[in-house]
Amino acid sequence: MTSAVETLRDTPFTVGGRTFQSRLMVGTGKYRDNETMVRAIEASGAEIVTVAVRRVDLDRSKEAGVLHHLDSRKYFLLANTAGCYTAQDAVRYARLAREAGFNEFVKLEVIGDQETLLPDVQGLLDAARTLVREGFQVLAYTNEDLVTALRLEEAGCAAVMPLASPIGSGLGLLNPYGVRTIKRRLKVPVVVDAGVGTASDACLTMEQGVDGILMNTALAAARDPVTMAHAMRLAVEAGRSAYLAGRMPRREVAVPSSPLEGMLD
Amino acid sequence: MSDTIDVMINGERRTVAAGATLLELLASLELDPRVVVVEHNRAIVRRPRLSDVTVTEGDSIELVHFVGGG
Repeated sequence: MTSAVETLRDTPFTVGGRTFQSRLMVGTGKYRDNETMVRAIEASGAEIVTVAVRRVDLDRSKEAGVLHHLDSRKYFLLANTAGCYTAQDAVRYARLAREAGFNEFVKLEVIGDQETLLPDVQGLLDAARTLVREGFQVLAYTNEDLVTALRLEEAGCAAVMPLASPIGSGLGLLNPYGVRTIKRRLKVPVVVDAGVGTASDACLTMEQGVDGILMNTALAAARDPVTMAHAMRLAVEAGRSAYLAGRMPRREVAVPSSPLEGMLD
Repeated sequence: MSDTIDVMINGERRTVAAGATLLELLASLELDPRVVVVEHNRAIVRRPRLSDVTVTEGDSIELVHFVGGG
């Protein structure tokens, strides 16, 4: 794409050996209807789209599957292990997801607490090690703890995904320092997953230098999900560009922008 | 010998034809084997093998697919 002005060129986002143009990843849950979901995903520009593994409804299966609405050739489907509270369950869900036949990628969640949906880091590490051994590309949903992130990287995860704030909370980036530190220390991509509420949250998150953002509720629960998806697309691009551009230093006092010379007597 | 057997499908007790294969089971439930993954007594059965595996009394079968999620 050509632009009127020359700007710093970004490298594409690469995870688990795959390359993507968009740094925004989106979920498919909680939309009021499938048409809104499809249009919002389109507006977001996302290429990676997450899905969950659940039992088919034996009595009316035709409508429920997300693949009836989403073109699996157009999007890279990333299955999650949402709802799993043990490493064993998460591994079981991941294996089922892989069998659905799209790819070796899994968004690994092992939840430790029902109220906050914060991760059980011990279970997460156990499941990550097992799945990496079985050839999965593991994208691990975790908290902003650096040491856990380092252990996940050592375990062979393809990406580490610290939260901005709890899943579905929309509280925004609560710990910029933690996320920034993880990004600074890890070699694998760092994708912030969960907690982003609106465009400014997404922009601020990308300004920390992370490789991407994954969000769901911020779009699905917006009054107008399609317009919010568009806003998020711009915010992720804006935040990424601002990070690449390098912000000015903060100062405690004013520094005039206009010359001091040439003032009238 | 009875013509039907009871199995657990997705946690529900269901009566199915004795000697049915997993593929026939999916067909009887009007499920597309291309979008459903089958776990038979905790072991995943790959699509090409669905017609090789016969269900027996008391089997536990999970039929899953992708739904919307974050």
